[in-house]
Amino acid sequence: PRPQAKPVPGSSHSESSTMRQRMKDKLKAARSEMGLPTAEEAYNFFTFDFDPEPDEETRKGQKRRTRPEGENEEGEDGGDDDEEKEEEDKEEEEELFLIDQSADDFLVFKRAEYMGYQRRLQSENELLFTPSFLTVPASSKVPENMKPRYLEEEGLYVGERPPMSLTNQNILENRILKQEQGRKWFGDDGRIMALPDPIKESSTRPPLFHIEDDLDPALQTVYRKALVSKHASQYISVGGETNGDYQLDVDVSGLIFSHHPLFSQEHVLGSRLVQLYDQHLSRQHRNLTEHLTTKLNGLRNTIGNMLEVHGGQRLTPVMQQRISEYKQEVRNTRRLRDLEQEKDRTLLKGIVKIWKEIKALRDFQRFTNTPYKLYLRREEVERASDVREYEAEIQAEVDELLDEMEEDYQRKVTEYRRQQEEWKVWRRKQRAKNKKKKKTQSQLDDNEDDEDNDDDDRTDGEAEPGPPKPKPPEEPDMEGVEKQVSEKASRIRRKPGEPILVPELTASGPITPNEQCPRGEFARREDVAKRSIFIKVLYNDKEVSRTDNRSLNSDFRVHFGQIFNLKIVNWPESIKLQVFEVLGLSTTLLADVFVPVPESSILTGSAPSEELVFSSNLRVMFDHEAVGSDVPFSFEVDGSNRQTLLTSGKLSCSVSWAVGEDDVPLAPPTTQPNGLKQLDAIASIGASGLNDMKKLGEWATESRLDPNDPNNADIMQLLKVASSGEVTAPDYFRLEQLQEEFNFVSEEDLEQSRRFRLLRLRNQEVAEFRNYKFVPAMEREVTDKVFEVRSLREIVDTKGHLDAHRALVAKHLHKIRESIINRFLIAKHHFIMSDLVQEEQVPTIGILGLNLFKLAEPKRPLKPQRKERKKVTAQNLSDGDIRLLLNIIRAYDIPVRKPSVKYDTRSSSHVLNTYISGYERVRPFVEVSFQRSVLQTTTADGPNPCWNEDLQLPFSAPNGDYSTANLQSMKDEIFINIFDEVQYELGGDRGKEVHTRLEKHWLGSVKIPFSTIYFQSRIDGTFKVDTPPVLLGYSKERSLASDGGYDAVRSLTEGAFITLFITIEPQLVPGETIREKVSSAWISFESQESEGLLLASEVFERDAAVHFPDRPCLTTVININGKTVFITRYLRPLNPPQELLDAFPNSPQEATDLIARYVSLIPSLPDSVSFAGVCDLWSTCDQFLTLLAGDEEEHAVLLCNYFLSMGKKAWLIIGTAIPEGPTTYVLTYEQNRYLIWNPSSGQYYGQYDTFCPLQTVGCLVSADNVWLNTQAYTSPLRIRFDVTKAKLWKPFFSRAFPNPGLSSVQCITLHIILHLPFPKISLTCRIEKILKEKIMEWRPRNPTRWNRYCTSTLRHFLPKLELSRGRDVADEHRLELQSLLGDYRISGFPLHLPFSEVRPIVEAVYSTGVHNVEASNVEFALAVHVHAYPNNVLSVWVYLASLIRMR
Amino acid sequence: MTANSPSVFLLMINGQIEGANFPEYDDLYCKYCFVYGHDWAPTSGLEEGISQITSKGRDSPHRLVWNFPLEITFKSTNPLGWPQIVVSVYGPDTFGNDVVRGYGATHIPITPGQHTRTIPMFVPESTSRLQKFTSWLLGRRPEFTDPKVVAQGEGREVTRVSSQGFVTLSFNIVTKDMKRLGYDTTATETTHTHTHPVAAGFGPGNQTLSM
Repeated sequence: PRPQAKPVPGSSHSESSTMRQRMKDKLKAARSEMGLPTAEEAYNFFTFDFDPEPDEETRKGQKRRTRPEGENEEGEDGGDDDEEKEEEDKEEEEELFLIDQSADDFLVFKRAEYMGYQRRLQSENELLFTPSFLTVPASSKVPENMKPRYLEEEGLYVGERPPMSLTNQNILENRILKQEQGRKWFGDDGRIMALPDPIKESSTRPPLFHIEDDLDPALQTVYRKALVSKHASQYISVGGETNGDYQLDVDVSGLIFSHHPLFSQEHVLGSRLVQLYDQHLSRQHRNLTEHLTTKLNGLRNTIGNMLEVHGGQRLTPVMQQRISEYKQEVRNTRRLRDLEQEKDRTLLKGIVKIWKEIKALRDFQRFTNTPYKLYLRREEVERASDVREYEAEIQAEVDELLDEMEEDYQRKVTEYRRQQEEWKVWRRKQRAKNKKKKKTQSQLDDNEDDEDNDDDDRTDGEAEPGPPKPKPPEEPDMEGVEKQVSEKASRIRRKPGEPILVPELTASGPITPNEQCPRGEFARREDVAKRSIFIKVLYNDKEVSRTDNRSLNSDFRVHFGQIFNLKIVNWPESIKLQVFEVLGLSTTLLADVFVPVPESSILTGSAPSEELVFSSNLRVMFDHEAVGSDVPFSFEVDGSNRQTLLTSGKLSCSVSWAVGEDDVPLAPPTTQPNGLKQLDAIASIGASGLNDMKKLGEWATESRLDPNDPNNADIMQLLKVASSGEVTAPDYFRLEQLQEEFNFVSEEDLEQSRRFRLLRLRNQEVAEFRNYKFVPAMEREVTDKVFEVRSLREIVDTKGHLDAHRALVAKHLHKIRESIINRFLIAKHHFIMSDLVQEEQVPTIGILGLNLFKLAEPKRPLKPQRKERKKVTAQNLSDGDIRLLLNIIRAYDIPVRKPSVKYDTRSSSHVLNTYISGYERVRPFVEVSFQRSVLQTTTADGPNPCWNEDLQLPFSAPNGDYSTANLQSMKDEIFINIFDEVQYELGGDRGKEVHTRLEKHWLGSVKIPFSTIYFQSRIDGTFKVDTPPVLLGYSKERSLASDGGYDAVRSLTEGAFITLFITIEPQLVPGETIREKVSSAWISFESQESEGLLLASEVFERDAAVHFPDRPCLTTVININGKTVFITRYLRPLNPPQELLDAFPNSPQEATDLIARYVSLIPSLPDSVSFAGVCDLWSTCDQFLTLLAGDEEEHAVLLCNYFLSMGKKAWLIIGTAIPEGPTTYVLTYEQNRYLIWNPSSGQYYGQYDTFCPLQTVGCLVSADNVWLNTQAYTSPLRIRFDVTKAKLWKPFFSRAFPNPGLSSVQCITLHIILHLPFPKISLTCRIEKILKEKIMEWRPRNPTRWNRYCTSTLRHFLPKLELSRGRDVADEHRLELQSLLGDYRISGFPLHLPFSEVRPIVEAVYSTGVHNVEASNVEFALAVHVHAYPNNVLSVWVYLASLIRMR
Repeated sequence: MTANSPSVFLLMINGQIEGANFPEYDDLYCKYCFVYGHDWAPTSGLEEGISQITSKGRDSPHRLVWNFPLEITFKSTNPLGWPQIVVSVYGPDTFGNDVVRGYGATHIPITPGQHTRTIPMFVPESTSRLQKFTSWLLGRRPEFTDPKVVAQGEGREVTRVSSQGFVTLSFNIVTKDMKRLGYDTTATETTHTHTHPVAAGFGPGNQTLSM
């Protein structure tokens, strides 16, 4: 309850009194009236034993009893007692006669008590009170002598009472009134006091859902930002009150077609007539001619008056000014009047003309279609006055014109005079000049002042041209003027005395009935009758209603007369009427008519009906009389003067706001912002909105914008600025106007910031930054050093090279690699399904069956079969996940120690040693190093040791990037070194203690590039150990009787061998898919080969892949420019350097060896490393020799070409070998046996050599054909190389597809640079210096001493080694070193390497571990020799020895 | 790293994989892993985990509960590559083969506070009907080569997936030094814990998760 605003004066209740208080007061008052029961009364009330009251009293019941119910019952009991008393009395009477008391005496048998219904009702009535539901009279509710008082009427606030049904209320009131002091429950108004209804209509707290359940997410509240919906803003909202009751009345009254396809020719004319007549009527209504004539007369009179008033006197300049203004006005008015008169006249003429045409047409076609009739009403005029007027008019005009002309003439004359003067002055000057010029000129000329002087003119012509000589103005032609005026008057004006013609058009004429019409016209009329028209009303592009169908009449007027009341809630944006024509079942939209939304002041009743013109460009043609629409037709018989008419018409309708019952217009308030908002948005963007400034301005004026409305401020401002011309609309179009605003930082900042640069480099996947971690958060933390890596890359590369040519080559290679890697990176982002989703291949029926069969197999078979390991894609790997597993099984033919005789004789302490070494001979172990982690096997005994040990090497990809691309481009190599563990015993000081020292002596190594393992997934086989040609202190002994049987097999090969098994755990998916993808991404390599050849090679290769999946087959290769070239083009006899041929003129075998060696000395650069396994690029031999780097293919091609030129039969073998994997070897046939050449090592093997690294032979390539191996086996041991056997070898070019005579891509001769362009001595020195420095660097804790004597001795050996190509020099060596050996224990060996750069040499030296000698008295010797072969091919020898002084 | 000018910010994630709603499947377990950019590194906590197998209870017939805790702290210098959690759910098919039941990923919420996320899950579709059948028969459904692809956009256009169910995760996020490095992630308005609006499918059988 809230306090009422207006308290009642004199009211006992204070303003703040609450209902509750009032109620309390009431109760108190009532209590005091009655008097409180005293304590005694109260005590009695509970303890007093009331006497039973007589029945009569209770029955009377008039007086209300307030005793509690319990007492009532007591009273009833009392009643029962009376009855019992009576019975007792009877019993007492009986007792008088009884002496003995039996049990029966005490038992009473009586009937069950039953109270009759009536009686019970009676007794209940006594006890129960049933309140009546009749309304209690107000008088009984209020205190006596008081009238009920209604607080509400007095203006006090009374809350809403809780709802209660009237019956219940009555019952309650009755009940309360029954009670004593019942009245206190009633208020002053005679109603039960009640607090206002406490229940709020709406709940004030959010509804609670079931607590035990989690809220259903679908029901959970989702907070969204409030959206301003487009439609919401359209609603007309008025201050939050109830939705406005707005109504638009659309009155569609009718439709007139000015042209309809079904018009007949007469209709066309008729409608034209009507149009003209309408025009006439409207002109007449405005009557401009009359108006202008009056005005003209008025003006003339005024001028006349003015002249009259001031007649004779001189006119003041002001007057003159005014008169001239008037005259000007008269002139204008006259012109306008003449124009109007002319129009009137032509209109009238036009009407008459068309009427005549209609009449002619009706006569011609002999029926009438239109009801039009034109009457020309003649209004006779009084001839005399008319003529007078006419003439007066002409006269006035003539006078005026003459006046004007006179004035004009006068002005011209004055002008002429002025010009004349000017001209004279000028001529005089001219003449003075001439005089000076021509002194011989006669004086006569001088005196002449006449105008026409030819001489002067001539001289003037010679001199500069002056103003032209003015001509005198013509006299005005007075007669001509009069004639002109009268002519004009006769043209545009009614002739004097002629009656005024007033046309009157009526539509009352008879129309020929249908029966009398010819067939064409009849059909037309029938057609017309079939059609009907209706109109749809669209409000905001939604159809709201439509009119009834009205059939089309012969006069093409449709009357609808329907008014639609639209109750609207949305702001009106557009009101559109659509005119539809119905023919049978089809409806066609004829036209859209837009009706303007009415101003809110336009109300129904006062709204004028508007005629809205519509037209349609529908093309309609008929085969009957109708003219159609958009179809040319002619009125003339000969078809000339064709015209085309389009359907058009006028729709008369009106749209207005309805008026409510109490004359309230049902229009929304005008303050509503309408369409402006959108335009504001455009305007606020700025430039983009400006381009249509003009339109905006027009629109603003048209829509009568309120300039003071703050809503329009933007536009007004804009218009103001625009109209002032300061801002011009840009004549360019900006696609992203706001781009600048959205730019993160400016372009310059982006360039300058090192951090952004770093981020961008990483994003571009530049190699150095591809996996750069933790780009610092702050600009200042990014040092320039980061970028140095990148810029250093090229510098380092060139610095590592000792000779400029190689540096260039390296640069070139680097570039090629870069570009290929870039292409590759692009391809990397191209995904195919199998990259992302692992899916089982669709099994063929066979596999399916097999799989089904497998289901029945035991889960754990007793003899498990080898299963293909699960392949792991490289993406989800991290450091430590991958290990390299090496199983070192055994080795053969390890060099054995030579018993040193010297030791025996010199020192007793070494007797034992010699003895031991005598029978042990060698204790080899294998050390594997990969990525600088080193593991070694245990030591075994003898030259044919067996280790069978597993080694696990951790593997980590550079930068932690385990992507396939990165793994493929890894350059790491696995070094498998075989060492001999030598135990030296150092005699203790007193000879009692024996110290042993272990030394390891390098015996040989095997290098396997990681990429090979990666592509092959496992390497299993026996490899030739790369042993130095000379091992000091060791000899290659293989004359052991125990191995006798084995020797025969490997008679051709020498050296040590090691059997290995290498794999990666888990198995990585090799990047073959990448290669395919890349080629698919590159779409196709360009090729100069013919289409047919390419197709054939594709078929051939595919065929090979299907039938012999494990046999590599190559028919086309990609040259260094990325073009596909057929493989045979690479083979062509090329002459080897003459120097090499000359070296061994007598022994072709030696020469062959030398050439093979020469080829092998060209540094090898595996494709898989340089070109990231993307594809094999084959360079031609001259490119190869220029680059001085290439892989097996290039080596093989060069070797094969040399062999061919030497007259050998040679082929390329495309196959697989260990450890290279897919590779290319050379096959020669000489002396009735096939030899297999490894081009990159220069080694050759017989066909039946077990240790030949070539494992499979896929195909053979010669200069003119390719043969695919179709034999059962692939191993060179088990196949026949006779390519003429069609059963064994499938040729590419056969009779069916002969060789088209492919020319070679190789140059005819190779340019050979015979000798080094730089002193090789300097190179030798530099390499030696670098190596020495490195060795000292690797021994940081020990001093490194160099034994100069030994070094010079070794240096002496090296050229010999080169000459003998590392063979059969060991003995000489030893002898020569005899002198040294006396004092030193030497272990050492020469290393032989092709030279490309220094790094591999350093690596090789490091891997031998010579520097690891820990002895304190160790000395080193190091010698380098570089031998130059033609074409800058260098062979580098490094002789490395460690010497330990014996005493 | 001085206290005044930190060079990294820390993001600590506490939370759990609460459970899932896979109406048709039972006995599921899930794996999670985090995917983050180059400038991020976990400093503590487990980057990957695999949960227990859970079965549907009798009283909550659609709800699988794992309540598998996540706790990890990242350090970073750059919000680029903000960590995402990738959840993949596996379970036995009709023949008892372990097949994938769903992949899903969501970014770790960037604002500190408590967040609940419901991730819709999906699995790659077989490329053909035949493959679908054989994969069903052999229990070798197509799987992503790497669950982490669901956190990347690249290359996804070649896959077709079908929706499976939902996994609900809750996170408690604490960040350190983000503001100092100029990254203000706390919204100006009060943040609401808010779930992804979930359309039909996550039906009314959604039971309580609070344990």
